[in-house]
Amino acid sequence: MAAAVDSAAVAPVEIPRPPDRYRTFTAFVSWAAPASLILIVAVLIQQAWPSVTRFGAGFLIGTEWNQVTNSFGALPFIFGTVVTSAIALAIALPVGVAVAVLLAEPGAQGVRGALGTGIELLAAIPSVVYGIWALYVLAPWTLLHIETPVTDRLGFIPFLGGVPRQTSLFTASLVLAVMILPTLSAVSRDVIRSVPRGLRESTVAIGATWWETTWHVILPAARAGIFGATVLALGRALAETVAVAMVIGNRPEIPHSVFSPGYTLAAVIANEFAEATGDIYQGALVEIGLVLILVTLTVNVLALLLVQSARARALV
Amino acid sequence: MRHIVMRRFGNTFAQGVMYAFTVLALIPLGLVLWFTASNGLPAVSHLEFFLNSQRPTGIPGGGVANAIAGTAIIVGIASLAAIPVGVLSGIYLAEYGAGRWASWVRLASDVLVGAPSIALGLFAYALVVVPQHHFSGISASVALAILMLPVVVRTTEGAVGLIPNGLRESGLALGLPRWRVSLQLILPAAAPGVITGALLAVARAAGETAPVLFTAFGNQFLTLDPNRFMSTLPLVVFRDALTPYKDLQQEAWGAALVLVVMVLVINLGSRWVLRRQIRLARQL
Repeated sequence: MAAAVDSAAVAPVEIPRPPDRYRTFTAFVSWAAPASLILIVAVLIQQAWPSVTRFGAGFLIGTEWNQVTNSFGALPFIFGTVVTSAIALAIALPVGVAVAVLLAEPGAQGVRGALGTGIELLAAIPSVVYGIWALYVLAPWTLLHIETPVTDRLGFIPFLGGVPRQTSLFTASLVLAVMILPTLSAVSRDVIRSVPRGLRESTVAIGATWWETTWHVILPAARAGIFGATVLALGRALAETVAVAMVIGNRPEIPHSVFSPGYTLAAVIANEFAEATGDIYQGALVEIGLVLILVTLTVNVLALLLVQSARARALV
Repeated sequence: MRHIVMRRFGNTFAQGVMYAFTVLALIPLGLVLWFTASNGLPAVSHLEFFLNSQRPTGIPGGGVANAIAGTAIIVGIASLAAIPVGVLSGIYLAEYGAGRWASWVRLASDVLVGAPSIALGLFAYALVVVPQHHFSGISASVALAILMLPVVVRTTEGAVGLIPNGLRESGLALGLPRWRVSLQLILPAAAPGVITGALLAVARAAGETAPVLFTAFGNQFLTLDPNRFMSTLPLVVFRDALTPYKDLQQEAWGAALVLVVMVLVINLGSRWVLRRQIRLARQL
């Protein structure tokens, strides 16, 4: 008798389960994001093909940009994009990490809550608004108070000489620095917050000051994540279009000074694509777009992996 | 070990530097808001600014009605596509999101957020403008829908994930099928978070210039037909700001002010709603 009850309990009970059509449906819909990503890259490759076959790898190192002779090379734009992004990162990194350290502090929120809101609003302002502000307010100020004094005194240093201009690589870098700061500080703040509390507390317990704790313990622990945040911000800087197009001067050559006009990958597409005629010219511009999207996608994936692994390690 | 006085001094000094950097970071925000307001207010203080369409330089009484209508229609169509798809994807990630496929969707969404918006414009150009042989509002909607999608996906996932499992289980215990639990119990509970996510996506799309440059292209005249050239507010700012004419520059500042006010209202409002939502979810 008892044995019979036991065997009945052990035997697996088969509950007939209807297929979860809702799950199938939502899973199907969720294809939208990955599918559009793949489709975008595929369409850009197809559109860029006339230029890819004509110029080959030489496209990336060519310095000529001539619509009349149909001769196109992307190096001036690659140069401008890399230089403006690098300068922007150099400016934004110390400021962004400082903001992140303050925002990540445990305890009362008050003033810091307001600071956080302000930094997030900085991210919400449309880039064209930064553009018009930079064009009419920042650029004249930069010329008068930074570019002219620096070229006068330090003009003998390479890349700091020449005739300073309002619309220049440097002005574009300044705008970029402002625009990537929120990304940098928000992601860094999350990483710093995920550093285990015990680490901070034990350091304070052996008598370290706030700054010693931050500099010798918290920041080294969050280093990988802050690096990830920096790479993420780099991706934003590379991709930024209109604000840069309005203040970089739009000159398709490699300048000899950061105070001279230049051009970036995104800006040349924005300015020239609507008027581009002919397969080769359009193809060259799309190929620039293709280079841009492939680089930013790689940078973004790298950054996401860095941030994720940093957080996972902090939580262990 | 250094003397305690030096260490205290270093500590105070470092803290001062940190606070100085943070103030430095907020200066651009203040400057952008101040200059947009002071330069844009003279433009928006005339009612014609919102009622009339753009006029060539030298002719008074021009406005941005064409751009406001264009922005509303283009972003509206983009929202009709992006919000339902994004919400359902977000629900999938929150409800069934443990597997390998879900992590691919998450990665793709996160990467798509960082994709250059100008490349989305190129994509929409190749997909819609080339076959149609003319620029159109609808092609801009395609580009903006892709831009909005990942934002909606991730905010929906976050909002639905906040709803405690008890609600889900009580629905299932009553014998409701999964889809009714999800759409009639969970989604209404998560609605404030989902709606603010959608609004943030709308704000972002309405402020984008790069994807509409060679899709909507711009139009001096008022049109409500999304199959034709259209203007948007960011396009007005971009084109007018680069002209040498004072009256058009004024118009650009006015359009910028309208954009900034819209973005500020949506962002501050959504922060308030989200904070309330998190508090309510804790009480459930």
